[in-house]
Amino acid sequence: MVESDTLISVRDVELSFGPKIIQQNVSFDLKRGSIFAVMGGSGCGKSTLLKSMIGLLPPTTGKILVGGEDYWAQDEHRRTQINHRFGVLFQSGALWSSMTVGENVALPMEMFASQPPDVVRKLVELKLGLVGMEQAIDLFPSEISGGMRKRAGLARAIALDPDILFFDEPSAGLDPITSARLDDLILTLRDGLGATIVIVSHELPSLFAIADDGIFLDANTHQPIAQGSPRDLRDHSTIPEVMAFMNRSSTIPPTDETKADQHV
Amino acid sequence: MTQQTDPSPPIAPAAPAARPAWSLQTGQHGPCLSVRGAWTVPNGGVIPFTAADIPPPPPGATCLSMDTAGITEWDSSFISFLWEAKQAAANAGLAFAQDGLPAPAQRLLALLPPNPAPPARHNSHKQNLLEKTGDLTLGTLNETGVVAYLALDTTRGAMHALHGKSRMRTKDLITDLWNAGPNALLIVGVVNFLIGAILAFVGLVELRRFAAEIYVTNLVGIACAREISAIMTAIIMAGRTGGAYAARIATMLGNEEIDALQVFGIPISSYILLPAILSLSLMMPLLYLYGTLIGILGGFVVSMSMMDVSPMGYWISTVNGVELKEFVFGFIKAFFFGSFIALAACRVGLKAGRSAADVGIAATRAVVIGIVGIIAMDAVFAVMANALGI
Repeated sequence: MVESDTLISVRDVELSFGPKIIQQNVSFDLKRGSIFAVMGGSGCGKSTLLKSMIGLLPPTTGKILVGGEDYWAQDEHRRTQINHRFGVLFQSGALWSSMTVGENVALPMEMFASQPPDVVRKLVELKLGLVGMEQAIDLFPSEISGGMRKRAGLARAIALDPDILFFDEPSAGLDPITSARLDDLILTLRDGLGATIVIVSHELPSLFAIADDGIFLDANTHQPIAQGSPRDLRDHSTIPEVMAFMNRSSTIPPTDETKADQHV
Repeated sequence: MTQQTDPSPPIAPAAPAARPAWSLQTGQHGPCLSVRGAWTVPNGGVIPFTAADIPPPPPGATCLSMDTAGITEWDSSFISFLWEAKQAAANAGLAFAQDGLPAPAQRLLALLPPNPAPPARHNSHKQNLLEKTGDLTLGTLNETGVVAYLALDTTRGAMHALHGKSRMRTKDLITDLWNAGPNALLIVGVVNFLIGAILAFVGLVELRRFAAEIYVTNLVGIACAREISAIMTAIIMAGRTGGAYAARIATMLGNEEIDALQVFGIPISSYILLPAILSLSLMMPLLYLYGTLIGILGGFVVSMSMMDVSPMGYWISTVNGVELKEFVFGFIKAFFFGSFIALAACRVGLKAGRSAADVGIAATRAVVIGIVGIIAMDAVFAVMANALGI
């Protein structure tokens, strides 16, 4: 059987908090092995879309198909099984502070991989080695820097050899060199693990460097207004909001939120 | 010609989902590691490989080469095996030729260090008894000084507040007053009512044996006014409000909110500590009075159902039995209990670490210090009252 080229398919998704619509008419396909960027200004709903894709927030309407299965139509047990295909790097790393870095990476393996402790330890060393963090295995998150926490979070994200990796603002708070190294690492892991990657970010250098497809969410209209690789959007888009964003122009049309803020 | 040496584990036929296996053969430039099978974690792919697995290389051998033609599937466990093989080759004085590896595996292997550095250790230095004693003494003196300074600074802030010069936000004070006062009425009332009822019940059962049931009014009244209500209310507030203060301040510390205040030059004592300490110090005596009255009410309800006395008779007996000084004594104690709980909780919060676990530790520590401190202070008050003849 030939596997479909599309790994995740988002179909007419609407996201809202109560009566407030965050995004609507969101549709895109995520190709196997691609790095897909979810772009847009602050407050446009990038992280909210990510949350609905990783099972933290159900969409109001629409479907998210993972490997052809309607994710949100499945029962909780099945959703948990699908989630084992996901690895997520949260914005702050989200390491569990009461555990060492090694224990953070080991926990998903101990919970789901049913392997003896020596095997888990070996795999933990490997995952930390892949992100250059093998020395920090016995340190607590409070004892390492922000960039190291990100890398440790990445090691935890790949703990179960997921085939889909989600990154929420991976470069946020990192210096340009650390950020570029993280980009290289993401590319290498994509090639090495054969993973498909969804990256939520507004860090343009990162997006231009690694993403090969993407969607641009608009906070004004609450829907996507452009689709394509960040480089293509930068070079060819004629949509003012996208042009302003991609060229770091200050003439971005004000959103409803910023308009409201100005009246306060 | 190739020669097979020590196949361990034995080679399985290359087939889908076959167990992972390796063998070492003699190649043109040195040993050749031949791997086959489905090399995945669930399939038992985490297989150790050490330098001892490589036999002494013949003269002229330069590298350990790889033959992965028999691999049907692989994941992290294969990379783990390759990493160990690479280290083993280095230890045997051989280069690791990774040309025969799949390209993704080569990329991942390139990320891994040739020799993993030993894990970093915590800065733990075992102290001897003398060092421990010295540390403890210095720590206690330092902590006493810090708490005293905080108390002084807060008192100074309160003085400024009286003159309308404090940087404390009135809104914060009102919120804290509300949380420490009216919000606590229910739990303080329920606990004191039950304590008063229990005292009356136990007292009546015992006093009945001596036909002295009427003295239960004195027992409940004096016990509540002098000791029980002040202590119980303080314990409730240490658990409820002291813990909350410590958790709140520790969370602010973790979120760098305290750092932001310091950078702006906003005194923490005025902005964070003063509303908390002031509100609990002011509310505790009032809660004590309320708790005492509710405790006496609890005793009254039980007494009415168990002894033959009119309601008015019970109240008159209580008023005659409990002197005003008992209330004044309890009132003063409650003020100090409240100040201590708030001060200790704030200090514990400020001293907390910056992780989520530290917030929990700070809250627990604030409650424990609060309760132990209250009991210790009550003992001091008892000695002082005895000396002063109160």
